[in-house]
Amino acid sequence: MDTNRQYEVVFIVDPTADEEVGRLTDSFKQVVTDQGGTVTKAETMGKRQLAYEIDHKKDGTFVLLEIEGSGREIAELERRMRVNDRILRYLTVRVDEDRRRAQKLKDRRARKAAKRPASGGHARRGSSMEFPEASSSGAGE
Amino acid sequence: MSTNYEDRPRGGGYDNDDDQDRRSMGRGGGRRMHRRRVCRFCIDKVDLIDFKDVRLLQNYLPERGKILPRRISGSCATHQRMLAEAIKRARNIALLPYTTD
Repeated sequence: MDTNRQYEVVFIVDPTADEEVGRLTDSFKQVVTDQGGTVTKAETMGKRQLAYEIDHKKDGTFVLLEIEGSGREIAELERRMRVNDRILRYLTVRVDEDRRRAQKLKDRRARKAAKRPASGGHARRGSSMEFPEASSSGAGE
Repeated sequence: MSTNYEDRPRGGGYDNDDDQDRRSMGRGGGRRMHRRRVCRFCIDKVDLIDFKDVRLLQNYLPERGKILPRRISGSCATHQRMLAEAIKRARNIALLPYTTD
């Protein structure tokens, strides 16, 4: 199996357990490394208001982890978070495919700009240049 | 109040409103008809819409909390799709509301 997937995991920690945020984050990082994944980024987004109440709580501390691995560590991580009642909510998003696609679009744009540097710069807000590019991206390839 | 964008022209059929509508509003009627809707994301060359970027996403979430339709925002299909996905993710993690009341 391909072992190089990238994930973003965001979880919300109970606001009454503020001191535990660091400890929780560390333990989750440990879980990931134990399962053979790597944590590329761990960032506390800070305490912020929830858009709606979760378990009658109006705010929480958001933590973001970026993880690289096979996907097995995600399963274990999610299981741990589900069990832990300090975690109000979590969301895992696989980002490598989207990022690759974005990079491809960016490269293509750079190539196109290199090919004809002068033309198109002043043509009608330049919008005619971007459209074919953006719409073609939906068709795969 | 919920659908405050309903009074704008939809889908290019900009003459479906009666004249009385234009008279009552007076000030902005004519300008609105000629507005060209261009995808903001295409102009800014956005390739990825992050669900954590609440500030950005909120622009596409009117008071009621519904996703702003394409006919109003003018987003292209690709970006509207990315935007909708990002908003739904943000809702799940309580960064944005599902509804407001």
